Parts: sequence; C-alpha cells; structure tokens
Amino acid sequence: MATVNDVVIKIGTVNGTGSASANGLLRKSIFRMGVPVVGKNYFPSNIQGLPTWYEIRVTGDGYQARSNRVDIMVAMNAQTYVRDMADIAPGGWLIYDSTWPRSTLLNRDDITVIGIPFSKMCNERFNGVRDRILMKNIAYVGAIAALIDIDMDIITTLLEETFATKAHLIGSNMEAIHLGYDYAKEHVSCPLAMRVEAIDATAGHIVIDGNTAAGLGCVYAGATVGAWYPITPSTSLMDAFRDFCGKYRIDPETGKRTYCIIQAEDELAAIGMVLGAAWNGARSFTSTSGPGISLMSEFLGYGYYAEIPAVIFNVQRTGPSTGMPTRTQQCDLLCCAYASHGDTKHVLLFPANPGECFHTAVMAFDLAERLQTPVIVMSDLDIGMNDWMVPELEWDDSYVPDRGKVLSAQELENMESFYRYLDVDGDGIPYRTLPGVHPKGAYFTRGSGHTKFGGYTEDSNAYKDGVDRLLIKWETARSILPPPEIRYSKFNRTALLTLGSGDGACKEALDRLQKQNVSLNYCRVKAFPFSDEVGEFIEQHDIVYVVEQNRDGQFRTLLINDIEADQKKLISLLHYDGMPINSGFVVSRVLEELARGRAA
Amino acid sequence: MSYIRKPKVTHPGLARNKLGLTARDYEGAISTLCAGCGHDSITAAIVRAVFELNVKPHMLAKMSGIGCSSKTPAYFVSEAHGFNSVHGRMPSVTTGANAANRDLMYIGLSGDGDSLSIGVGQFVHAIRRNLNMCYIIENNGVYGLTKGQFSATADIGSKPKKGQPNTQEPIDPVSMALSLGATYIARSFSGDREQLVPLIKAALIHRGFALLDIISPCVTFNDHEGSTKSYAHTRQFYHHVVDMDYVPPAEDIKAAYADGDVMPIKMHDGSTILLRKVDKNYDPTSRALSFKYLRERFNAGEITTGLLYLDEARPEMHELMGNVDTPLSQLPLDELHPGKDELKKLQDRYR
Repeated sequence: MATVNDVVIKIGTVNGTGSASANGLLRKSIFRMGVPVVGKNYFPSNIQGLPTWYEIRVTGDGYQARSNRVDIMVAMNAQTYVRDMADIAPGGWLIYDSTWPRSTLLNRDDITVIGIPFSKMCNERFNGVRDRILMKNIAYVGAIAALIDIDMDIITTLLEETFATKAHLIGSNMEAIHLGYDYAKEHVSCPLAMRVEAIDATAGHIVIDGNTAAGLGCVYAGATVGAWYPITPSTSLMDAFRDFCGKYRIDPETGKRTYCIIQAEDELAAIGMVLGAAWNGARSFTSTSGPGISLMSEFLGYGYYAEIPAVIFNVQRTGPSTGMPTRTQQCDLLCCAYASHGDTKHVLLFPANPGECFHTAVMAFDLAERLQTPVIVMSDLDIGMNDWMVPELEWDDSYVPDRGKVLSAQELENMESFYRYLDVDGDGIPYRTLPGVHPKGAYFTRGSGHTKFGGYTEDSNAYKDGVDRLLIKWETARSILPPPEIRYSKFNRTALLTLGSGDGACKEALDRLQKQNVSLNYCRVKAFPFSDEVGEFIEQHDIVYVVEQNRDGQFRTLLINDIEADQKKLISLLHYDGMPINSGFVVSRVLEELARGRAA
Repeated sequence: MSYIRKPKVTHPGLARNKLGLTARDYEGAISTLCAGCGHDSITAAIVRAVFELNVKPHMLAKMSGIGCSSKTPAYFVSEAHGFNSVHGRMPSVTTGANAANRDLMYIGLSGDGDSLSIGVGQFVHAIRRNLNMCYIIENNGVYGLTKGQFSATADIGSKPKKGQPNTQEPIDPVSMALSLGATYIARSFSGDREQLVPLIKAALIHRGFALLDIISPCVTFNDHEGSTKSYAHTRQFYHHVVDMDYVPPAEDIKAAYADGDVMPIKMHDGSTILLRKVDKNYDPTSRALSFKYLRERFNAGEITTGLLYLDEARPEMHELMGNVDTPLSQLPLDELHPGKDELKKLQDRYR
C-alpha cells in the first residue's frame, strides 16, 4: 500500500553550488499542492566546498518538527555517499548521480538504489561549468517530481514566478526539470510507494523562516534603529529588516530613509548603539547569537540598572565558546536570563516558530518600553533559519504601540520637579524623559549607584531602595508577560513542559504517545520571568518532563530558581546534539522514563 | 561621582546671552575632582563655549564613559541630559543616540584610558562614520581613579611617581584621527582658556566628527618632575601652530578682526572660523602635510596645538546614509508600518 503525504526527502549537496533555489522549488511545489511541509537546512560553517543537506518533510498531518527518518535520499555529494546511504530508513530509496560508477553503493539490500546520470545529461545539454552545476540541481527536482508524483503544472508556474523578470531562464530551467523527470519516468516505475497527493491543508498558511519573520516584525513595530555585528545564525534577521526597509521605509518625497542600520565594529558597540538610540526615544534593536550575548553582557547590565529599553534577538546556536555555529540549541537560557555582573536579570521571550517571531518582535518593543529594560527574544537556529509552515501573519491596523511611561513637554512643564527613579505608581516602573524635550526633564543616566531622585549615591539605604524597587518591577513584568500555552488531555498527574522550538516536537510526541495510550498534559512557556500559571501547572502534577535543547537543563534550573518549582518533580529530557529536536526523541525518552517508573 | 547642586545665586549684573541665560545657567554640580585638576578648567571652558553659542541647555546631550574625565558631564549644564555609560563605550552610545535624534548637539567627554586603551575600537569607528559630535579627550597620560598607572598616551621616558619610566610608544589621538578621516582635529591645553573656548565652540558647530585632544595635567599622579604631561612640561614645550577664532553667523568678520594673515573658513551653519597661521608652513586643510608636520614637531619634543585639520565638506553619518532630516525618534510609529493589506500581499512570496 502506498504511503501518501508522509515522506522525508533529504538532499545532500556541496555548499556554494546553488542548490538552495532548487530545494526551495521542490518544497514550494509540494506546498502548492496543499500539502504541509517542513524544510530544514543542515549546513556547514563554510562558504564553498563542504557538505550541506536540505531535508523536506512532507507531513499531511501538518507537524512542525523535523522527522528523524529519511525515506528518499538524493546523494549528489560523493564525499558523503556512504553516510547518506546509512541514513536511509529500511525500505527507502537512494538516488545518486550514475554518471560515474559507485561501487560502495552496492552494500545495502534493504533500500532501492536509483541511478540517474544527472551530470552526463546536463553536460550534454548545457554549456559552461556554472550552468551545468546549477542545472544538475534543477534536474534532481524533476526526477523527484516524477518519483513522488508532484504536479508539473505547479512547477512550471513556480518557475514562471521566480524568473518573472528573467524570462529567458524559464526555458532552460524547464529543460533541466524534464531531463530528470523524463529519465525517471522512463527508467523507474513511477510513482514510488511513497508519494504526494493534492489535499487542502495549506490554505491560510505560509512557509517562512524565523529571521525573516522577526525582521518583518521589527518593521511593523516601528523600529528605526538596528545596530548589529554579523554572526551566524542571526545575520539574516538584520538582512531581512534591511530588505523590508528598502521597500517600505523610503520617504516617497525625498527618497530618504526612515530607518538607520549600523553595522557596528563589534557586539559591544552594537548594544551600546541600541541603548543610546532607545534612551533617545527610538525603537532600536540588535540581532546576535551566543558569543555576541557574552560580549553584550556589560551593557545589558547597564540597561537593566539604568532602565533603558532595548530589544535583542538571540538566535541561539550550539555552544560552548564558538561551538558549532551552524547547529541549533537552546543553550543561552541562563546566560541571557542573568547576563552581566551584579544582581541582574532580564525579561526573555520564547517564540516557538517563525509566525511567533513576527508577533513576538512587536511585543518585545512594547514590553521593553513599558518595562524600561532590555528584552531578549530567544529564537534559535532551527526557528531562525529553517522553513516552517505557519498561519499567515496578521496585522491589526488599530495597533497602538505601548511607548511606556514617557513624559511629554507639556507634562514636564506642568510638573514642579521631575525625578527619574521615583516609583510613582507602585508598579516599580518610574517615569522617564527624552533628551531635547524639556529642560525640566534633564537627568543624569548612570550605571553607578543612584538614588530614587537620580543622583549619585554610595549610601547603603538609598542603594537598596533602588535595587529593591527593581524587584517590584520584576513582579510587574511577571504579571504582564504572555502566559504559557497549556493543554490538558484528561485527568492525569504527569505532564510535558517545554519552551521555544521544543513546541513542535512535543505536540507531535503527545499525539504519538496518545496512540500508545500514554496521555500527558502539556505546558509551553512563552516568557521569563515565569507567570503564575507556570507554577500552578507544575503544582498540579507529580511528574513533569522538562524538554529542552541543552546539556545542563538550564530551563529546569530557571524554574527552580525563579518560581521555586519542586525539583524532584522536574525530570529533564535533554536534546543537545545540535540537530533540531524531533518527536521521536521525546516519545522514546518519555517511554524510557515511564518504564523506569518515573511517572505519576 | 558626587552630585552636589550649586546654589543658584546670580548677580543681577551678569551678562546674558541671546536666550537670556547667564553663564551660571550653564553650570552643573560641584566638581569632586582634585583641586587644580586640568579637567575642571576644561569644564569651565565648555560652560563658556555653550553660553556664548546660545545653546538651549536641553538640546545638548552630554555623553561619557568611565574615569575622571567621564565624571565631568555632571559638572556643566545641569539642564541637559547626561549619559555616563560604561568604560570605553561612549562612542557607541553616542552613535545610537545620534542615529535616533540628529537634532541634538552631542558633546562626549572621555580620557586617554577610556578612548585609547579600553575604548580604542569604538573611538576609531566613530571617526570612520564621521559621527556628528564634539569628542573631547582630557588627556593626562595616567589612570587617576585607580591611582596612577600609565595610560596609552604616556610618552617614552616619562617618569611615574613610583616605579620605572614608560618604555612603550604612546598613542597620539591626533595622528590617529588624521589617518582615520576625522573632519575637525584640534589639540589644546587645559591651562590655555584663550585657545580652548573658540576651539570648543567651533567643534560643537562643526558638522561631523570633531576631536579635541586636550592635555589636562593630573595634579595628583602625573604633575611631577620627569612627567611629560605636567603643567610645567606642557607650558614649556607647547606651541600654537594655528590660532583660531570663531565668528558666529551674524557677526561682521571685518569689524572683529584687523587685517593680517587670516584665513577664513565658512562653517555649514554660516559661521566662520578665522585661522591665523603662526607657522607659515602649516596647512590645516591638507591631511598629508598636517601629518608630516605634526610628526616632525613631535620628534622634536614639541606639543603642537591649535586647529590642526579641518574638512567642512565631508558628509556626516546621516548624510552618508541618506536618512530623512526629521529625527527618527520623532517619526510617528503608525506611519512606520506598511499596514494590514500590504502584509497580506507581501506574503504571496512565502506560498
């Protein structure tokens, strides 16, 4: 019996050969058939010549995580043939370029090997080294189209859209598609036992990566200053902001920019610029990754203590140190929560997918200005650089930005005197003023000890007043941050708890466990400090499996530290090999724990 | 730093500027630096300069890092916002602040440790961007707050109060700024108020990065015999290569100055700088010649002072980027998002 709309295709190529557009074409053509897809990049920290993979999970059920299975491997890179073949699930297919004989391909009898002479066909048909390489990629798209039954009309339409301004390329690309398609049709019995079939499960959805969505969110939030230092995997966030600004932030009359992007000399400067701009009333942000956070730490503490809004996107990658820059983890939770020396703590937001990156970006600016403090959006490489199917992004034109407690010239004029750090409203959030507004608003911003009036102090009581008020503000933050997403299956005392990109894998795992008669309650945390609902959820259960993507159980540590969660209840399920988490991991770890009797 | 407000007692006969303010209105808290510190003289010169320029106090932004010099923004113009940032990072904060609001006047106070050791990277890159600000280095060759270690500007052979003379090459901020493309470069001495006030005024008016390297002796740790940053040494070896006067836009230049070897340079706001070359061989509009001249005088042990280089033509950061004239912080947020319909349309590319 054929398997329909549940297949994983993995393509191994050499980086720098232009396979990204071919892979995008393949992914989009399936999506246009109404079938949900997940696209994952596994790429090296390198410019050209090293192995890279793209994995397309076709999931009629619309799951978001990667699958831990490969059904069809397109092994275009001789360097990785052996391991690529080993990756294929029993019963799967290996497609390789049969222009050259590969004796090592003969040693697995539980898979089907399909040889297609991509190079030979492209060398005969196209001229020039570059063209031949590019077209070889397009040709494998054609072959897969034949093998899994992708609608050729959709491929044609996509090529027409892609090359709308370069019409002469449509013909040659279509030719390359047909080289692969026709060869497969002629030599293989198509379609294979795993194939796609048009359904209607993608309406109202898009496929987008988190960095693009976050960059777009910054445009919608009204950010005007972006300062950054290039670092993988966050770079494409500022690139996206720049592209969208190029389209939406050019004054039509003068042709001048209503935004300012500064490529800083390092991350220390990037965060300094963000704080300077926010202090001066602009919505400003930076995008970075782990090593950048380490460098920004001194200023993050300054922002916390001097109470300056800032938005920081941390697209987490694998640490420690330089780690694996092109692999994913959630390994900066502790370092971001408490970045900087002294008693410092920061508001963190945990988007679970690119759609949430867009909305979280807007929310981050509102919260940073409301709370007058740095807010760190904790994305990761999996969210930031991979292709996720998410509901169409929506925008409400009646959105009113929350600029927080900023005094106007008129308000200052009417005041007898202004003091920067007075807790007038009892919520721990003082009023602030912007430079250039009114002489009465002047104050001296400093990271040194200060009184509630804004003056320098070395007095113990005045100092304590200030840092104690910041705790009141911390509790205010807790009360206004987004509450967790909670799902109760039925009455039971065991639960799954995760955050960020763990969401997709966990939800799929819950379905799979349900089928094995294991039902768990579920909580996905969206922000730190943790809102009361998180503590209550843990209270309600005897065993809580904490799923996170780092070695040391940092999320669990935060739960114990911030809300005094009972650590005996919290069992860590840790995924930290650098690959995006998958449901298979969660299922097997839960079953393992159950077998050991660690359940309620 | 301490924050003691000065009592506002004003003599009725005090001179008032065009805004009706007296020089006292441009003062700040009482300085807590050592008695006789060069930095306090610079503070006084700044007060004079902004008073004479009729600067609206709240339109000035006072930026600094960490160190004795970085304390000084508390000691002038208390009706201006101040930002006492972290060590060596004043340039980045000022860059961001200026990016957000290009209408304010930015004055940065830094020291030789803050700018040329821990903060040398940010100093360099602010210059490359031609950030529109007046950047003052209060240069005393020594770390004061941590009790007298050499800084990166200490000259070879300069003797500390205790320990061995310095053996490392000093960093000269003026040569650095010349090579990096700063558009206004001056050197002066905290003890020479006559020279200092017009230099600060023109630096504030200059559109672009204005560097003022001011030798400012540390009376506690670096004013002894054998120090090359002492009052005595500076007085003996410093030499005006160019004298300068600043003439505001409305004033008649001929009336103010007698004829002579005067070179007028128009500033972007209509004011004029009048240069009187003391040394006829000096050309403050040529980077290459300035560099050569300064190096030669340095080798001869002289401290060359005055307006050493000026380029009024090069665009500043916002102009280089092509940003709107309105400060970005004043653009209404609801005009900055493309709206619901556009978002819908835009997403076709993700299907």
